[in-house]
Amino acid sequence: MQYLVSVIDDKDNPGSTDRMDAISAFNERLVAEGYWVFAGGLADTDAATVIDNRGEEAVFSDGPFVESKEYLAGFWVWEAPDLDVALKLAAEASSVCDRKIEVRPFR
Amino acid sequence: MNDVEQAITQAHHEEWARVVAALTRRFGDLDIAEEAAAEAITTAVERWRTDGVPPNPGAWLTTTANRKAIDRIRRERKRDDKHKEAQMGYEADQHDPPEPLGAIDDDRLRLIFTCCHPALATQSRVALTLRMVGGLTVPEIARAFLVRETALEQRITRAKAKIKAARIPYRVPSKEDLPARVSAVLTVLFLVFNEGYLATGPGTDPVRHDLTAEAIRLTRLIRTLLPDDGEVAGLLALMLLTEARRTARVSAGGELVTLDEQDRGAWDTGLIAEGHRLVRERLAAAAAGVAPGRYQILAAINAVHTSARDARDTDWSQIVALYDQLVRVDRSPIVALNRAIAVAELDGPEVALAAIDRLADTLADYHAYHAARADLLRRLRRSQEARAAYDKAIELAGNTAETAALTRRRDQLGSSKP
Repeated sequence: MQYLVSVIDDKDNPGSTDRMDAISAFNERLVAEGYWVFAGGLADTDAATVIDNRGEEAVFSDGPFVESKEYLAGFWVWEAPDLDVALKLAAEASSVCDRKIEVRPFR
Repeated sequence: MNDVEQAITQAHHEEWARVVAALTRRFGDLDIAEEAAAEAITTAVERWRTDGVPPNPGAWLTTTANRKAIDRIRRERKRDDKHKEAQMGYEADQHDPPEPLGAIDDDRLRLIFTCCHPALATQSRVALTLRMVGGLTVPEIARAFLVRETALEQRITRAKAKIKAARIPYRVPSKEDLPARVSAVLTVLFLVFNEGYLATGPGTDPVRHDLTAEAIRLTRLIRTLLPDDGEVAGLLALMLLTEARRTARVSAGGELVTLDEQDRGAWDTGLIAEGHRLVRERLAAAAAGVAPGRYQILAAINAVHTSARDARDTDWSQIVALYDQLVRVDRSPIVALNRAIAVAELDGPEVALAAIDRLADTLADYHAYHAARADLLRRLRRSQEARAAYDKAIELAGNTAETAALTRRRDQLGSSKP
Protein backbone atom coordinates (compact mmCIF):
# COMPACT_ATOMS: atom_id res chain seq x y z
CA MET A 1 0.00 0.00 0.00
CA GLN A 2 1.39 3.39 -0.97
CA TYR A 3 0.81 6.60 0.90
CA LEU A 4 1.42 10.20 -0.12
CA VAL A 5 3.00 11.89 2.87
CA SER A 6 2.74 15.66 2.61
CA VAL A 7 4.85 18.07 4.63
CA ILE A 8 2.75 21.09 5.47
CA ASP A 9 4.33 24.38 6.35
CA ASP A 10 2.73 27.55 7.65
CA LYS A 11 3.64 30.93 6.15
CA ASP A 12 2.86 32.81 9.36
CA ASN A 13 4.52 30.31 11.62
CA PRO A 14 7.12 28.37 9.61
CA GLY A 15 8.95 25.33 10.99
CA SER A 16 12.64 25.62 11.78
CA THR A 17 15.13 25.67 8.89
CA ASP A 18 17.91 23.62 10.46
CA ARG A 19 16.35 20.17 9.92
CA MET A 20 18.20 19.01 6.84
CA ASP A 21 20.65 16.70 8.63
CA ALA A 22 17.92 15.09 10.67
CA ILE A 23 15.76 14.65 7.56
CA SER A 24 18.64 13.05 5.68
CA ALA A 25 19.20 10.58 8.49
CA PHE A 26 15.47 9.80 8.59
CA ASN A 27 15.46 9.31 4.80
CA GLU A 28 18.34 6.86 5.01
CA ARG A 29 16.36 4.86 7.52
CA LEU A 30 13.25 4.90 5.28
CA VAL A 31 15.37 3.48 2.46
CA ALA A 32 17.08 0.90 4.68
CA GLU A 33 13.76 -0.33 6.12
CA GLY A 34 12.06 -0.50 2.72
CA TYR A 35 9.45 2.25 3.11
CA TRP A 36 10.99 4.76 0.71
CA VAL A 37 9.48 5.09 -2.77
CA PHE A 38 10.10 8.71 -3.67
CA ALA A 39 10.46 12.13 -2.09
CA GLY A 40 10.96 15.75 -2.99
CA GLY A 41 11.18 19.19 -1.47
CA LEU A 42 9.27 21.93 -3.28
CA ALA A 43 10.19 25.50 -4.15
CA ASP A 44 8.14 28.34 -2.72
CA THR A 45 4.48 28.52 -3.82
CA ASP A 46 5.31 31.85 -5.53
CA ALA A 47 7.13 29.76 -8.14
CA ALA A 48 3.95 27.87 -9.08
CA THR A 49 1.99 28.34 -12.31
CA VAL A 50 -1.55 27.10 -12.89
CA ILE A 51 -2.58 25.98 -16.38
CA ASP A 52 -6.22 25.64 -17.46
CA ASN A 53 -6.71 24.16 -20.90
CA ARG A 54 -10.29 23.00 -20.46
CA GLY A 55 -11.58 25.76 -22.71
CA GLU A 56 -10.60 26.91 -26.17
CA GLU A 57 -7.06 27.84 -25.31
CA ALA A 58 -4.66 27.28 -22.47
CA VAL A 59 -4.70 29.93 -19.77
CA PHE A 60 -1.61 30.36 -17.63
CA SER A 61 -1.82 32.07 -14.30
CA ASP A 62 0.84 32.96 -11.82
CA GLY A 63 0.82 31.45 -8.33
CA PRO A 64 -0.59 28.36 -6.62
CA PHE A 65 -4.10 27.06 -7.40
CA VAL A 66 -5.20 28.00 -3.93
CA GLU A 67 -3.81 30.81 -1.81
CA SER A 68 -3.54 29.73 1.76
CA LYS A 69 -1.50 30.24 4.87
CA GLU A 70 -0.68 26.54 4.96
CA TYR A 71 0.93 24.98 1.93
CA LEU A 72 2.64 21.87 0.67
CA ALA A 73 6.38 22.24 1.29
CA GLY A 74 7.46 18.76 0.24
CA PHE A 75 6.33 15.15 0.15
CA TRP A 76 7.24 11.51 0.33
CA VAL A 77 5.69 8.45 -1.20
CA TRP A 78 5.97 5.53 1.21
CA GLU A 79 5.24 1.86 0.82
CA ALA A 80 3.77 0.58 4.09
CA PRO A 81 1.70 -2.49 4.98
CA ASP A 82 -1.06 -0.50 6.68
CA LEU A 83 -2.04 2.86 8.13
CA ASP A 84 -0.68 2.10 11.60
CA VAL A 85 2.82 1.70 10.17
CA ALA A 86 2.43 4.85 8.06
CA LEU A 87 1.12 6.87 11.01
CA LYS A 88 3.96 5.81 13.25
CA LEU A 89 6.51 6.89 10.62
CA ALA A 90 4.55 10.10 10.01
CA ALA A 91 4.69 10.97 13.69
CA GLU A 92 8.47 10.67 13.50
CA ALA A 93 8.54 12.64 10.25
CA SER A 94 6.58 15.48 11.83
CA SER A 95 9.02 15.71 14.68
CA VAL A 96 12.05 15.41 12.38
CA CYS A 97 10.77 18.09 9.95
CA ASP A 98 9.25 20.27 12.67
CA ARG A 99 6.16 20.55 10.49
CA LYS A 100 2.68 19.07 10.20
CA ILE A 101 2.30 15.94 8.10
CA GLU A 102 -0.67 14.61 6.14
CA VAL A 103 -0.91 10.93 5.24
CA ARG A 104 -3.17 10.03 2.34
CA PRO A 105 -3.48 6.64 0.71
CA PHE A 106 -3.12 6.12 -3.02
CA ARG A 107 -6.14 4.53 -4.60
CA MET B 1 -42.07 -10.01 25.29
CA ASN B 2 -42.55 -13.71 24.41
CA ASP B 3 -39.81 -16.33 24.60
CA VAL B 4 -38.86 -16.13 20.93
CA GLU B 5 -38.56 -12.33 20.96
CA GLN B 6 -36.54 -12.55 24.13
CA ALA B 7 -34.23 -15.12 22.58
CA ILE B 8 -33.75 -12.88 19.54
CA THR B 9 -33.00 -9.81 21.65
CA GLN B 10 -30.59 -11.80 23.77
CA ALA B 11 -28.82 -13.32 20.77
CA HIS B 12 -28.64 -9.89 19.14
CA HIS B 13 -27.02 -8.45 22.28
CA GLU B 14 -24.66 -11.31 22.97
CA GLU B 15 -23.71 -12.46 19.50
CA TRP B 16 -23.77 -9.39 17.26
CA ALA B 17 -20.19 -8.25 17.89
CA ARG B 18 -18.88 -11.79 17.57
CA VAL B 19 -20.66 -12.31 14.23
CA VAL B 20 -19.58 -8.97 12.76
CA ALA B 21 -16.02 -9.49 13.99
CA ALA B 22 -15.68 -13.01 12.60
CA LEU B 23 -17.13 -11.98 9.24
CA THR B 24 -14.91 -8.93 9.02
CA ARG B 25 -11.88 -11.11 9.46
CA ARG B 26 -13.07 -13.68 6.99
CA PHE B 27 -14.18 -11.28 4.26
CA GLY B 28 -11.92 -8.31 5.03
CA ASP B 29 -14.83 -5.91 4.68
CA LEU B 30 -16.83 -4.17 7.39
CA ASP B 31 -19.69 -3.41 5.01
CA ILE B 32 -20.27 -7.02 4.08
CA ALA B 33 -19.97 -8.09 7.72
CA GLU B 34 -22.44 -5.48 8.97
CA GLU B 35 -25.02 -6.14 6.29
CA ALA B 36 -24.81 -9.91 6.63
CA ALA B 37 -25.14 -9.73 10.42
CA ALA B 38 -28.21 -7.49 10.08
CA GLU B 39 -29.74 -9.87 7.52
CA ALA B 40 -29.10 -12.83 9.81
CA ILE B 41 -30.97 -11.08 12.62
CA THR B 42 -33.90 -10.32 10.29
CA THR B 43 -33.96 -13.95 9.17
CA ALA B 44 -33.88 -15.09 12.79
CA VAL B 45 -36.94 -12.98 13.52
CA GLU B 46 -38.84 -14.72 10.71
CA ARG B 47 -37.57 -18.27 11.21
CA TRP B 48 -37.43 -18.59 14.95
CA ARG B 49 -41.07 -17.55 15.18
CA THR B 50 -42.17 -20.46 13.04
CA ASP B 51 -39.44 -23.05 13.63
CA GLY B 52 -38.60 -22.22 17.23
CA VAL B 53 -35.32 -21.02 18.71
CA PRO B 54 -32.33 -23.14 17.59
CA PRO B 55 -30.33 -24.93 20.30
CA ASN B 56 -27.28 -22.73 19.71
CA PRO B 57 -28.53 -19.28 18.63
CA GLY B 58 -25.02 -17.85 18.31
CA ALA B 59 -23.82 -20.58 15.96
CA TRP B 60 -27.07 -20.28 13.97
CA LEU B 61 -26.53 -16.52 13.50
CA THR B 62 -22.89 -16.97 12.49
CA THR B 63 -23.73 -19.67 9.93
CA THR B 64 -26.64 -17.67 8.51
CA ALA B 65 -24.60 -14.46 8.34
CA ASN B 66 -21.77 -16.29 6.61
CA ARG B 67 -24.19 -17.60 4.02
CA LYS B 68 -25.67 -14.13 3.50
CA ALA B 69 -22.20 -12.66 3.02
CA ILE B 70 -21.29 -15.28 0.44
CA ASP B 71 -24.61 -14.67 -1.34
CA ARG B 72 -23.85 -10.98 -1.53
CA ILE B 73 -20.34 -11.54 -2.81
CA ARG B 74 -21.72 -13.88 -5.52
CA ARG B 75 -24.33 -11.30 -6.52
CA GLU B 76 -21.69 -8.63 -6.75
CA ARG B 77 -19.38 -10.88 -8.69
CA LYS B 78 -22.06 -11.40 -11.30
CA ARG B 79 -22.84 -7.71 -11.42
CA ASP B 80 -19.31 -6.46 -11.45
CA ASP B 81 -16.46 -8.87 -11.93
CA LYS B 82 -13.89 -6.14 -11.92
CA HIS B 83 -15.04 -4.74 -8.64
CA LYS B 84 -14.95 -8.18 -7.16
CA GLU B 85 -11.40 -8.69 -8.32
CA ALA B 86 -10.36 -5.53 -6.55
CA GLN B 87 -12.05 -6.77 -3.42
CA MET B 88 -10.36 -10.14 -3.57
CA GLY B 89 -7.09 -8.26 -3.93
CA TYR B 90 -7.77 -6.47 -0.69
CA GLU B 91 -8.60 -9.73 1.00
CA ALA B 92 -5.54 -11.46 -0.33
CA ASP B 93 -3.41 -8.62 0.98
CA GLN B 94 -4.56 -9.32 4.50
CA HIS B 95 -2.12 -12.16 4.33
CA ASP B 96 -0.20 -12.19 7.53
CA PRO B 97 -2.38 -13.14 10.45
CA PRO B 98 -1.83 -10.83 13.43
CA GLU B 99 0.51 -12.07 16.08
CA PRO B 100 -1.49 -13.95 18.65
CA LEU B 101 -1.48 -12.08 21.93
CA GLY B 102 -2.63 -14.86 24.20
CA ALA B 103 -5.81 -14.18 26.10
CA ILE B 104 -6.58 -10.97 24.26
CA ASP B 105 -6.54 -12.51 20.81
CA ASP B 106 -10.19 -12.17 19.95
CA ASP B 107 -11.91 -10.98 16.78
CA ARG B 108 -14.15 -8.69 18.77
CA LEU B 109 -11.13 -6.91 20.15
CA ARG B 110 -9.83 -6.35 16.62
CA LEU B 111 -13.21 -4.92 15.69
CA ILE B 112 -13.24 -2.56 18.67
CA PHE B 113 -9.73 -1.27 17.98
CA THR B 114 -10.57 -0.71 14.33
CA CYS B 115 -13.77 1.19 15.16
CA CYS B 116 -11.94 3.35 17.73
CA HIS B 117 -8.91 4.02 15.55
CA PRO B 118 -7.31 7.43 16.20
CA ALA B 119 -7.33 8.24 12.46
CA LEU B 120 -11.15 8.45 12.60
CA ALA B 121 -13.02 11.49 13.91
CA THR B 122 -14.25 11.03 17.48
CA GLN B 123 -17.92 11.17 16.48
CA SER B 124 -17.33 8.57 13.79
CA ARG B 125 -15.63 6.31 16.33
CA VAL B 126 -18.66 6.59 18.61
CA ALA B 127 -21.15 5.90 15.80
CA LEU B 128 -19.12 3.06 14.34
CA THR B 129 -18.57 1.39 17.72
CA LEU B 130 -22.27 1.52 18.59
CA ARG B 131 -23.19 0.11 15.18
CA MET B 132 -20.49 -2.51 14.64
CA VAL B 133 -19.77 -3.62 18.19
CA GLY B 134 -22.97 -2.64 19.99
CA GLY B 135 -25.32 -3.70 17.21
CA LEU B 136 -27.50 -0.60 17.59
CA THR B 137 -29.38 0.35 14.45
CA VAL B 138 -28.73 3.61 12.61
CA PRO B 139 -32.09 5.10 13.73
CA GLU B 140 -31.29 4.16 17.34
CA ILE B 141 -27.89 5.85 17.25
CA ALA B 142 -29.26 8.88 15.41
CA ARG B 143 -31.93 9.28 18.08
CA ALA B 144 -29.38 8.92 20.84
CA PHE B 145 -27.21 11.73 19.52
CA LEU B 146 -29.98 13.90 18.08
CA VAL B 147 -28.63 13.82 14.55
CA ARG B 148 -30.51 13.09 11.36
CA GLU B 149 -30.45 9.46 10.26
CA THR B 150 -29.07 10.37 6.85
CA ALA B 151 -26.25 12.34 8.45
CA LEU B 152 -25.39 9.46 10.75
CA GLU B 153 -25.56 6.94 7.94
CA GLN B 154 -23.14 9.11 5.96
CA ARG B 155 -20.79 9.37 8.92
CA ILE B 156 -20.68 5.59 9.26
CA THR B 157 -20.31 5.07 5.50
CA ARG B 158 -17.44 7.58 5.32
CA ALA B 159 -15.68 5.97 8.25
CA LYS B 160 -15.96 2.51 6.71
CA ALA B 161 -14.68 3.87 3.40
CA LYS B 162 -11.69 5.43 5.12
CA ILE B 163 -10.88 2.21 6.96
CA LYS B 164 -10.80 0.45 3.62
CA ALA B 165 -9.08 3.12 1.49
CA ALA B 166 -6.39 4.05 4.03
CA ARG B 167 -6.06 0.46 5.17
CA ILE B 168 -6.68 0.88 8.85
CA PRO B 169 -5.58 -2.56 10.03
CA TYR B 170 -7.89 -5.12 11.56
CA ARG B 171 -5.78 -6.25 14.46
CA VAL B 172 -4.97 -5.83 18.09
CA PRO B 173 -2.29 -3.12 18.39
CA SER B 174 1.25 -4.04 19.33
CA LYS B 175 2.09 -4.17 23.01
CA GLU B 176 3.82 -0.77 23.01
CA ASP B 177 0.84 0.92 21.34
CA LEU B 178 -1.76 -0.90 23.42
CA PRO B 179 -2.12 1.53 26.37
CA ALA B 180 -2.74 4.54 24.09
CA ARG B 181 -5.15 2.57 21.91
CA VAL B 182 -7.07 1.16 24.88
CA SER B 183 -7.32 4.69 26.18
CA ALA B 184 -8.90 5.76 22.84
CA VAL B 185 -11.44 2.94 23.17
CA LEU B 186 -12.28 3.94 26.74
CA THR B 187 -12.74 7.56 25.66
CA VAL B 188 -15.41 6.43 23.19
CA LEU B 189 -17.21 4.34 25.80
CA PHE B 190 -17.04 7.13 28.38
CA LEU B 191 -18.50 9.56 25.82
CA VAL B 192 -21.42 7.22 25.21
CA PHE B 193 -21.93 6.80 28.95
CA ASN B 194 -21.78 10.53 29.65
CA GLU B 195 -24.23 11.35 26.92
CA GLY B 196 -26.63 8.93 28.60
CA TYR B 197 -25.85 10.16 32.08
CA LEU B 198 -26.32 13.84 31.32
CA ALA B 199 -28.23 13.86 28.06
CA THR B 200 -28.31 17.13 26.17
CA GLY B 201 -31.15 18.64 24.21
CA PRO B 202 -34.56 20.04 25.04
CA GLY B 203 -36.54 17.07 23.74
CA THR B 204 -34.69 14.22 25.45
CA ASP B 205 -35.05 12.49 28.76
CA PRO B 206 -32.52 13.92 31.21
CA VAL B 207 -31.01 10.49 31.80
CA ARG B 208 -30.82 8.09 28.87
CA HIS B 209 -30.70 4.67 30.41
CA ASP B 210 -30.35 3.02 26.99
CA LEU B 211 -27.01 4.76 26.47
CA THR B 212 -25.61 4.23 29.95
CA ALA B 213 -26.62 0.56 29.77
CA GLU B 214 -25.01 0.13 26.37
CA ALA B 215 -21.80 1.80 27.53
CA ILE B 216 -21.67 -0.50 30.56
CA ARG B 217 -22.37 -3.56 28.42
CA LEU B 218 -19.53 -2.70 26.02
CA THR B 219 -17.15 -1.87 28.86
CA ARG B 220 -17.95 -5.25 30.44
CA LEU B 221 -17.10 -6.83 27.11
CA ILE B 222 -13.72 -5.04 26.99
CA ARG B 223 -13.15 -6.08 30.58
CA THR B 224 -13.69 -9.71 29.59
CA LEU B 225 -11.25 -9.29 26.72
CA LEU B 226 -8.64 -7.28 28.64
CA PRO B 227 -9.03 -8.50 32.22
CA ASP B 228 -5.63 -7.22 33.35
CA ASP B 229 -6.05 -3.63 32.22
CA GLY B 230 -6.45 -1.38 35.26
CA GLU B 231 -8.07 1.49 33.41
CA VAL B 232 -10.70 -0.80 31.89
CA ALA B 233 -11.56 -2.00 35.40
CA GLY B 234 -11.49 1.62 36.59
CA LEU B 235 -13.88 2.82 33.90
CA LEU B 236 -16.27 -0.06 34.52
CA ALA B 237 -16.27 0.69 38.25
CA LEU B 238 -16.80 4.38 37.59
CA MET B 239 -19.78 3.63 35.34
CA LEU B 240 -21.31 1.14 37.78
CA LEU B 241 -20.99 3.47 40.77
CA THR B 242 -22.51 6.30 38.74
CA GLU B 243 -25.28 4.15 37.28
CA ALA B 244 -26.11 2.92 40.80
CA ARG B 245 -27.34 6.42 41.64
CA ARG B 246 -29.38 6.86 38.47
CA THR B 247 -32.88 6.60 39.89
CA ALA B 248 -32.05 8.95 42.76
CA ARG B 249 -30.57 11.52 40.42
CA VAL B 250 -33.77 12.97 38.99
CA SER B 251 -36.67 14.00 41.25
CA ALA B 252 -40.31 13.20 40.56
CA GLY B 253 -40.62 16.79 39.39
CA GLY B 254 -37.91 16.28 36.77
CA GLU B 255 -35.09 18.09 38.54
CA LEU B 256 -31.52 16.92 38.82
CA VAL B 257 -30.83 16.04 42.46
CA THR B 258 -27.32 16.77 43.70
CA LEU B 259 -25.34 14.06 45.47
CA ASP B 260 -25.86 15.56 48.95
CA GLU B 261 -29.65 15.62 48.51
CA GLN B 262 -30.16 12.21 46.94
CA ASP B 263 -32.18 9.51 48.64
CA ARG B 264 -29.34 7.09 49.28
CA GLY B 265 -31.79 4.32 50.04
CA ALA B 266 -32.74 4.37 46.35
CA TRP B 267 -29.21 3.61 45.21
CA ASP B 268 -28.65 0.22 43.60
CA THR B 269 -26.72 -1.77 46.19
CA GLY B 270 -25.84 -4.55 43.73
CA LEU B 271 -24.10 -2.17 41.34
CA ILE B 272 -22.36 -0.42 44.24
CA ALA B 273 -21.05 -3.72 45.60
CA GLU B 274 -19.73 -4.67 42.16
CA GLY B 275 -18.12 -1.24 41.71
CA HIS B 276 -16.53 -1.40 45.16
CA ARG B 277 -15.10 -4.85 44.38
CA LEU B 278 -13.42 -3.50 41.26
CA VAL B 279 -12.06 -0.47 43.13
CA ARG B 280 -10.63 -2.73 45.83
CA GLU B 281 -8.99 -4.86 43.16
CA ARG B 282 -7.32 -1.74 41.73
CA LEU B 283 -6.34 -0.47 45.18
CA ALA B 284 -4.53 -3.76 45.73
CA ALA B 285 -2.72 -3.29 42.41
CA ALA B 286 -1.84 0.29 43.37
CA ALA B 287 -0.48 -0.97 46.68
CA ALA B 288 1.68 -3.36 44.68
CA GLY B 289 3.15 -0.40 42.81
CA VAL B 290 0.96 -0.04 39.70
CA ALA B 291 0.21 3.68 39.31
CA PRO B 292 -3.54 4.18 38.77
CA GLY B 293 -4.82 6.12 35.76
CA ARG B 294 -7.61 8.67 35.72
CA TYR B 295 -10.54 6.26 35.51
CA GLN B 296 -9.30 4.29 38.49
CA ILE B 297 -8.92 7.46 40.54
CA LEU B 298 -12.37 8.70 39.49
CA ALA B 299 -13.80 5.32 40.43
CA ALA B 300 -12.11 5.54 43.83
CA ILE B 301 -13.65 8.99 44.38
CA ASN B 302 -17.06 7.55 43.57
CA ALA B 303 -16.39 4.62 45.87
CA VAL B 304 -15.83 7.06 48.74
CA HIS B 305 -19.12 8.82 47.95
CA THR B 306 -21.08 5.60 47.70
CA SER B 307 -19.58 4.31 50.97
CA ALA B 308 -21.26 7.08 52.97
CA ARG B 309 -24.74 6.12 54.16
CA ASP B 310 -25.46 9.77 54.78
CA ALA B 311 -24.00 12.69 52.81
CA ARG B 312 -22.71 14.09 56.11
CA ASP B 313 -20.58 10.97 56.63
CA THR B 314 -18.63 11.59 53.41
CA ASP B 315 -14.88 11.35 53.92
CA TRP B 316 -13.98 14.62 52.21
CA SER B 317 -10.31 14.56 53.13
CA GLN B 318 -10.05 11.23 51.30
CA ILE B 319 -11.85 12.72 48.30
CA VAL B 320 -9.61 15.79 48.18
CA ALA B 321 -6.55 13.55 48.48
CA LEU B 322 -7.80 11.51 45.51
CA TYR B 323 -8.39 14.70 43.53
CA ASP B 324 -4.82 15.76 44.32
CA GLN B 325 -3.72 12.48 42.80
CA LEU B 326 -6.01 12.99 39.81
CA VAL B 327 -4.67 16.49 39.15
CA ARG B 328 -1.24 14.94 38.73
CA VAL B 329 -2.35 12.61 35.91
CA ASP B 330 -5.01 14.85 34.35
CA ARG B 331 -4.27 18.57 34.18
CA SER B 332 -7.64 19.45 32.69
CA PRO B 333 -9.35 22.52 34.23
CA ILE B 334 -12.48 20.42 34.73
CA VAL B 335 -10.59 18.23 37.18
CA ALA B 336 -9.37 21.37 38.95
CA LEU B 337 -12.99 22.55 39.13
CA ASN B 338 -14.19 19.30 40.68
CA ARG B 339 -11.31 19.35 43.13
CA ALA B 340 -12.32 22.85 44.20
CA ILE B 341 -15.91 21.68 44.76
CA ALA B 342 -14.58 18.98 47.10
CA VAL B 343 -12.28 21.49 48.81
CA ALA B 344 -15.36 23.57 49.68
CA GLU B 345 -16.56 20.72 51.92
CA LEU B 346 -13.20 20.46 53.66
CA ASP B 347 -11.89 24.05 53.86
CA GLY B 348 -15.05 26.06 53.28
CA PRO B 349 -16.60 27.88 50.32
CA GLU B 350 -14.26 30.85 50.43
CA VAL B 351 -11.12 28.81 49.75
CA ALA B 352 -12.96 26.90 47.02
CA LEU B 353 -14.23 30.06 45.37
CA ALA B 354 -10.71 31.47 45.16
CA ALA B 355 -9.58 28.24 43.43
CA ILE B 356 -12.53 28.28 41.04
CA ASP B 357 -12.06 31.92 40.10
CA ARG B 358 -8.60 31.07 38.86
CA LEU B 359 -10.27 28.88 36.18
CA ALA B 360 -12.36 31.75 34.77
CA ASP B 361 -10.34 32.05 31.57
CA THR B 362 -10.55 28.43 30.49
CA LEU B 363 -14.03 27.48 31.75
CA ALA B 364 -16.06 30.62 30.99
CA ASP B 365 -18.28 28.67 28.56
CA TYR B 366 -18.77 25.62 30.76
CA HIS B 367 -22.09 25.54 32.61
CA ALA B 368 -20.74 23.51 35.54
CA TYR B 369 -18.16 26.21 36.27
CA HIS B 370 -20.91 28.81 36.69
CA ALA B 371 -23.13 26.39 38.60
CA ALA B 372 -20.32 25.65 41.07
CA ARG B 373 -19.56 29.35 41.50
CA ALA B 374 -23.25 30.10 42.00
CA ASP B 375 -23.49 27.48 44.71
CA LEU B 376 -20.44 28.78 46.58
CA LEU B 377 -21.60 32.40 46.30
CA ARG B 378 -25.01 31.33 47.62
CA ARG B 379 -23.36 29.67 50.61
CA LEU B 380 -21.34 32.84 51.20
CA ARG B 381 -24.63 34.79 51.07
CA ARG B 382 -23.45 36.87 48.14
CA SER B 383 -26.89 36.60 46.57
CA GLN B 384 -26.57 39.10 43.78
CA GLU B 385 -23.41 37.52 42.40
CA ALA B 386 -24.92 34.08 42.92
CA ARG B 387 -27.95 35.09 40.87
CA ALA B 388 -25.76 36.27 37.99
CA ALA B 389 -23.78 33.01 38.11
CA TYR B 390 -27.00 30.92 38.12
CA ASP B 391 -28.25 32.93 35.14
CA LYS B 392 -25.09 32.15 33.24
CA ALA B 393 -25.20 28.44 34.22
CA ILE B 394 -28.85 28.14 33.13
CA GLU B 395 -28.05 29.81 29.84
CA LEU B 396 -25.26 27.29 29.12
CA ALA B 397 -26.75 24.08 30.55
CA GLY B 398 -28.07 21.63 27.96
CA ASN B 399 -29.74 19.12 30.26
CA THR B 400 -33.40 19.76 31.05
CA ALA B 401 -33.28 18.37 34.62
CA GLU B 402 -30.17 20.36 35.41
CA THR B 403 -31.73 23.56 34.10
CA ALA B 404 -34.77 22.94 36.29
CA ALA B 405 -32.66 22.42 39.42
CA LEU B 406 -30.54 25.51 38.72
CA THR B 407 -33.63 27.63 38.11
CA ARG B 408 -35.17 26.57 41.43
CA ARG B 409 -31.97 27.35 43.30
CA ARG B 410 -31.76 30.74 41.68
CA ASP B 411 -35.37 31.55 42.48
CA GLN B 412 -34.87 30.53 46.10
CA LEU B 413 -32.10 33.07 46.59
CA GLY B 414 -32.91 35.65 49.20
CA SER B 415 -32.89 39.28 48.20
CA SER B 416 -30.18 40.11 50.75
CA LYS B 417 -27.54 42.40 49.37
CA PRO B 418 -23.92 41.31 49.50
